[in-house]
Amino acid sequence: MSDPRKEFIAQLRRYQMGSISRRHFLGATGLGTAMAVMAGAVPGLRPRAGFAAGEIGDKVSLTSWPNYHDPANLEKFTEMTGAAVELTVFGSNEEMYAKLQAGGTGWDVFVPTNYTIQNYVDADLIDPLDTAQIPNFDPASYSDPRMSEPGTIGGKIYALHKDWGTTGFVQNTKELPDKLTSWKEFWDIAKDKASGRVMVHDYQLTTIGNALKYFGYSFNSNDEKELAEAEKLLIEVKPHLFAISSDYQPGMRNGDAWMSVAWTGDGKQLHNDIPEIIYVLGKEGGEIWSDFYAIPKAAPNKKGAYALINFLLDPDVNTAELMVHGYPVADKRVIAKLPPEIANDPIMYPAAELLSPLEFGASDVLTNPLRAEIMARFKSA
Amino acid sequence: MTDAATIQETRQRRWAYALLAPSAFWYLALLILPLIVVMVYSVGERAPTGGYQAAFTFDNYLNLGARWTAFKNTLTLAPAGTLICLLAGYPLAYFLAVKASPKTRLLLLILVIVPFWTSFLIRTYAWMFILGGRGLPQLLDFIGIEGVRFINTPFSVLVGIVYAYLPLMVFPIFVSLEKLDKRLLEASEDLGASPFATFRQVTLPLSAPGVITGCMLVFILLMGEYLIPQMLGGGKVFFIGNALVDLFLQSLNWPFGSACAMALVVIMVVTVTLYLKATRATGGRDVSLV
Repeated sequence: MSDPRKEFIAQLRRYQMGSISRRHFLGATGLGTAMAVMAGAVPGLRPRAGFAAGEIGDKVSLTSWPNYHDPANLEKFTEMTGAAVELTVFGSNEEMYAKLQAGGTGWDVFVPTNYTIQNYVDADLIDPLDTAQIPNFDPASYSDPRMSEPGTIGGKIYALHKDWGTTGFVQNTKELPDKLTSWKEFWDIAKDKASGRVMVHDYQLTTIGNALKYFGYSFNSNDEKELAEAEKLLIEVKPHLFAISSDYQPGMRNGDAWMSVAWTGDGKQLHNDIPEIIYVLGKEGGEIWSDFYAIPKAAPNKKGAYALINFLLDPDVNTAELMVHGYPVADKRVIAKLPPEIANDPIMYPAAELLSPLEFGASDVLTNPLRAEIMARFKSA
Repeated sequence: MTDAATIQETRQRRWAYALLAPSAFWYLALLILPLIVVMVYSVGERAPTGGYQAAFTFDNYLNLGARWTAFKNTLTLAPAGTLICLLAGYPLAYFLAVKASPKTRLLLLILVIVPFWTSFLIRTYAWMFILGGRGLPQLLDFIGIEGVRFINTPFSVLVGIVYAYLPLMVFPIFVSLEKLDKRLLEASEDLGASPFATFRQVTLPLSAPGVITGCMLVFILLMGEYLIPQMLGGGKVFFIGNALVDLFLQSLNWPFGSACAMALVVIMVVTVTLYLKATRATGGRDVSLV
């Protein structure tokens, strides 16, 4: 690297711009539920009366993930409707669930991940959506029905697809020139050539899931014997790890880490900035996930919630969202608007044969106490 | 006792109660009641999808061994951090209070405070860079010392701890040394004591309250530390604070989390009580923080 000072400044800027891992920065740093009140804080600056002035109230709250929306879009919504978008971001699905379960959140729209929707339905926290109020929703537009299906439970649509992604790993090919293709190689090299240079997520679903893939088991296994093997592997690898953290961009960027379990968007950002870092989907499979828009049963402004979801699913708005968050959207109308280098990007839209072995995380896997305990034992080993 | 005196005393007592009421309410609502909730939760069970469900069992306490590493790390690194803070902080406080001229003293005190103007999170991120591969290790590499790794080791956690908590050690010691009557030092010298004897027999005992307060402040806060091990330990150097965050937010095992929290409270109460007893016995007076 040329000038270390410049490099440092550049990295600092990246933090400021927020190109750090989507879900876990806030969780990892203990900020928990940091609030980013976009417009509500300065009512004086709110544009006056749009075409639907007052119709949907003056505020819609949106609970989502860090760096997951285009601020310009949210401002546009306020201009059009007169309702300010109050954006709250979370660090993990578990936290989001716990908060909604505790009640009194005042959320109008929130963004759950596929495997939690069943839990929300079971706990009677969300209602089926009245899709007539969302004209921009078009079931025929999904490029891959797998991405939208988790939102439908018992034949009722509870949540609408926002975007999706995969969980693979990033590899620095300058330090590790042999391009890896499988989770087996990932874990083997972690104990060998890459000892002291590997990171795994501080998240049981992905860390245990991808350790299970080493043995060819399902990412979603709840089988005690299979989990015991995965735990053994994790404990064996532990002394060779650089860190257990979901905030893996800093380590990868400054060269301390050579490999890390990673999500699509982080893989994309790292590869864009440092081309020798590649994003790999293990050929045994792994995780594919999809995020959704849903409306809590207790939403104070349901009308506003429908208006906001409809607005965000507008193909132009959704395309602008994608350009900011960097995760693929499974909506043909959006894909058609993407510049070819993005629509054909192997990280964002991987080849079908790489996607087919991937599995969606299951809700009982997320809440399995044994998996939680294995993760805890691994971390405190 | 006359009636007038009784009336006045009652009035005074009423005043005292009125003034104490807000803080009493505060402690009741934010300390005692939550502590009772934690106690109740700690004998409960994890609900099937996470959280708490009523039960009466001591399984959570019997399972505490599963977090042994977290307890061990906390119980070694917290005292070690406190000790290093003391060894590094005392000379600084002494210099500030006794040796420095009033002008430089003010300047130096400001310098000790200045870091607080920047967010703690940002400063810890800065340490991630300094201790990371492109920081100090690269510099050492340049002068021929190769293969040194700092980040995500107990050492880097210790560095972060001492950096963050040093001012909390310096200030109480500074205050107690500043009050020190300099004529006592002259008297000691006049009576033929060597500088070291003066320090050991006069300065140190008189600054003991500051030392005791500083150590307590640093130690108690360190026992609950979460952020520094998380950021500079890379999730590998695990404190009880980290175990608690995991239990409550990831595993959603609130009862076991509550049991760990109770264990931490008990450990703190016992160590702090023993510590205060021991320091009182060795001549510490005016313990200002109990």
